[in-house]
Amino acid sequence: MANEIVNMENIEKHFGNVIALAGVSFNVRSGECHCLLGDNGAGKSTFIKTMAGVHQPTRGRMFIEGTETVFDSPREAMNAGIATVYQDLAMIPLMSVTRNFFMGREPAKGKGVFKRYDTKFAAETAMKEMRKMGINLREPDQAVGTLSGGERQTVAIARAVYFGAKVLILDEPTSALGVRQTANVLKTVDGVRKQGIGVVLITHNVRHALAVGDRFTVLNRGKTLGTANRGEITLEELQDLMAGGQEMASLADSLGGTV
Amino acid sequence: MARLMKRPELGAFAGVVLVTIFFGITADSSMFTLAGFMNFMSPAAQLGILAIGAALLMIGGEFDLSVGSMIAFSGLFFGACVVTLGIPLIISIPATFVFAAAVGSINGQIVLRTGLPSFIVTLAFLFILRGLSLVGLKWATGGSTQLRGVRDAVEGSFLASVFSGDAFPGLFFWLAERDLIATFKNGSPKVTGIPVEIIWFVLIALAATYVLLRTPVGNWIFASGGDADAASNSGVPVRKVKLSLFMLTACCAALVAIITVLDSGSTDARRGFQKEFEAIIAAVIGGCLLTGGYGSAIGAFFGAIIFGMVLIGLTYTQIDQDWYLVFLGGMLLIAVLFNNMIRKRVTGER
Repeated sequence: MANEIVNMENIEKHFGNVIALAGVSFNVRSGECHCLLGDNGAGKSTFIKTMAGVHQPTRGRMFIEGTETVFDSPREAMNAGIATVYQDLAMIPLMSVTRNFFMGREPAKGKGVFKRYDTKFAAETAMKEMRKMGINLREPDQAVGTLSGGERQTVAIARAVYFGAKVLILDEPTSALGVRQTANVLKTVDGVRKQGIGVVLITHNVRHALAVGDRFTVLNRGKTLGTANRGEITLEELQDLMAGGQEMASLADSLGGTV
Repeated sequence: MARLMKRPELGAFAGVVLVTIFFGITADSSMFTLAGFMNFMSPAAQLGILAIGAALLMIGGEFDLSVGSMIAFSGLFFGACVVTLGIPLIISIPATFVFAAAVGSINGQIVLRTGLPSFIVTLAFLFILRGLSLVGLKWATGGSTQLRGVRDAVEGSFLASVFSGDAFPGLFFWLAERDLIATFKNGSPKVTGIPVEIIWFVLIALAATYVLLRTPVGNWIFASGGDADAASNSGVPVRKVKLSLFMLTACCAALVAIITVLDSGSTDARRGFQKEFEAIIAAVIGGCLLTGGYGSAIGAFFGAIIFGMVLIGLTYTQIDQDWYLVFLGGMLLIAVLFNNMIRKRVTGER
């Protein structure tokens, strides 16, 4: 398809004798939210780390906007527009929102020895970008430590979007959040999608996935079990797939149909 | 105002005000004349140069307990260059800084490569460098732990006046002639200039504050100390930042060594004894957290001034000078409690 930003074909990843991924195919289009579901240990983390350039695939091919690509480092993936927001967020609680926002990519003005951190621009930009996401900061030098978990997620997402992400990978963004904060983060995901960015949402919470997802891919034991579009699959079916599908059914039989 | 209340150096500034009030009441009025001011600013400056280096390193998330020994060690290197080897200042001074930076980078490399706490690594170097200074001095002098004759060796060098003595003597004579400052009966000024260490101290404090608050590197220092993993995930060159800070701290010690060696004309293996603790205490009073990622260079500046005022101020009072040590410990305790409170407020921890 024309607007596929990332296309991963039959990705395999072996760590020595351990086969973490045994052929995963996955793609992301611009402006969609593609949910990657799976139980613990299904290979979700390994897969997104491969996508983000942390791991290199043992076999399989990866295309970015139609061109075959191999990322040697996370930095290369970032430069290609693939941004990852990990669970631990890469935020520093003692530092201000603004300083976190621009950490490692500080805007500078002036030349040579007079090159300096552009505080005014940084503060205004951080405030503006956060307002776009629906968060009104009291002041640009408010410490990240004073924000709630959901707001911190939003800072991380806003940062990735501002620095030109085309694909945003969110690793379990809702796993540690309460009900209302989860709703806020999912609303942010919806907003990001509408800007034409492809969102990859990793979760094992089917409810959260169904709330925002356009497509759903289920991963089990390092393999994709298939991809479904929104409206083609029910919560129960997804849950079954995640838990192992057929195996689950036979397990239920052997226990006399009580599971 | 609310923003000022949140600055890390608030505590140290309040401390300076309190100490000033205290001595305003108890001390002889001569403490707050120009001469008295220079008297307490001079030791404050020597400590402050170290404290600002220590503060930057602490904000970057590391410690250096070896700076005191580093003063003796780089003092030995400098003394040996000038006296024993007869190398002119224009080469000896840069060589001493390069040497100190190299020792600092050894500290840093060990910490970064092994992942050991810098506390332990630099504690080892506290003893190693002190021991090497003793051994080295005996070797350079043929048995003594003091190396004299620096003043004769540097006689007439322009650089000697940049690193020792008083600055702007002309200005002070000019002021004295017009009766703008206190003079002796013969008309010469009581204060002949600003001791150079004070000028270095102020310049370093300004430069460090500028770097911390107004450059990308400053952001990297805060980030490296706040969470090294998060920082390097975001593209901050954490190792480079930390290594440079270790080298910078060692260079601060070398600067103090050069100033004191040139001023006293000799170097001594006991130079800088326990200065590492005083420097860290001044940094903590200045608002640096022991866990890194938070603090200020201006805070360390005020912290060092508090030290100088108390150390010298007590001689202007009837109070026994040994109360200084009690004060040192007490001040540290109060500062740590205060900082803890600030950190909780900033991070919203409860």
